[in-house]
Amino acid sequence: MSEDRLSRVFAALADPTRRDIVARLSVGDATVGQLAAPYDVSIQAVSKHLKVLEDAGLVSRSHDAQRRPRHLEADVFDLMTAWIERYRRQAEERYRRLDAVLAAMDDRPKIHHQKGATS
Amino acid sequence: MSTNATHESTTQQTRIEADPNVPTIRIIRDFDAPPDKVFRAWIDPELVAQWLGPKSTEMRIDEWDARTGGNYRYAAVQDGAEVATFYGSFHEVRPDERLVQTFTWEGMPDGVSLDTMVFEDLGDGRTRTVGLSVLDSFEARDGMMASGMDVGVYEGYEKLDALLADG
Repeated sequence: MSEDRLSRVFAALADPTRRDIVARLSVGDATVGQLAAPYDVSIQAVSKHLKVLEDAGLVSRSHDAQRRPRHLEADVFDLMTAWIERYRRQAEERYRRLDAVLAAMDDRPKIHHQKGATS
Repeated sequence: MSTNATHESTTQQTRIEADPNVPTIRIIRDFDAPPDKVFRAWIDPELVAQWLGPKSTEMRIDEWDARTGGNYRYAAVQDGAEVATFYGSFHEVRPDERLVQTFTWEGMPDGVSLDTMVFEDLGDGRTRTVGLSVLDSFEARDGMMASGMDVGVYEGYEKLDALLADG
């Protein structure tokens, strides 16, 4: 997944309502009306959320002209890939700080590392 | 990515493996320092505080007894406010070779991971660290992964878990 795509996916999933929509679409396709039903928001608001999800490539419209049900494009495996990549980047950032710490450390003798030391 | 930091080698990249069959996370990374030095950076609280916490937060170490059977507790502090606290025990501290800890985020007190870090001597003053975190469920593992998001880190946890579990 490209950097840009990943950023859009994360931005899209930053909103709890959109995460909920994704969770519900993972069970099966649904129309805007069906998706809006459980929320105390307008169809327009849900449409806006869907637009963000569509722009991120997470959701698509099927060609059924009448109902235009929404379909989840990304499967959970894709999302896991995204989580892992983000997690990896955070670990890499952390380890780069450790690189700097190691570079700044003196090479002091390992007296405190004697195996089986009782002190 | 890093062009002007001379101590960094661009060949060093963190690798992550999330096993599809067991709830574990493996993190592998090489360092341009011998094992005793890398190990020291992992157990000396003054050194740990310089790198372990997230970039935007300060790591305040409240307890740190890095001996086999010892314990630790630290907080992530942002603008003077505690954002999160973590604690666990040092199950085994085997100098320069192996560090085994338990790890709990207080926000999810029933969750605990068992973290084993192995320090492999690559020769030429280099070390490979292989970290293995074992969690008690896929939900906990995936939640831990998802917590790396820069948005909604502490909220929406349950929803993400549900999302990943529903798949």
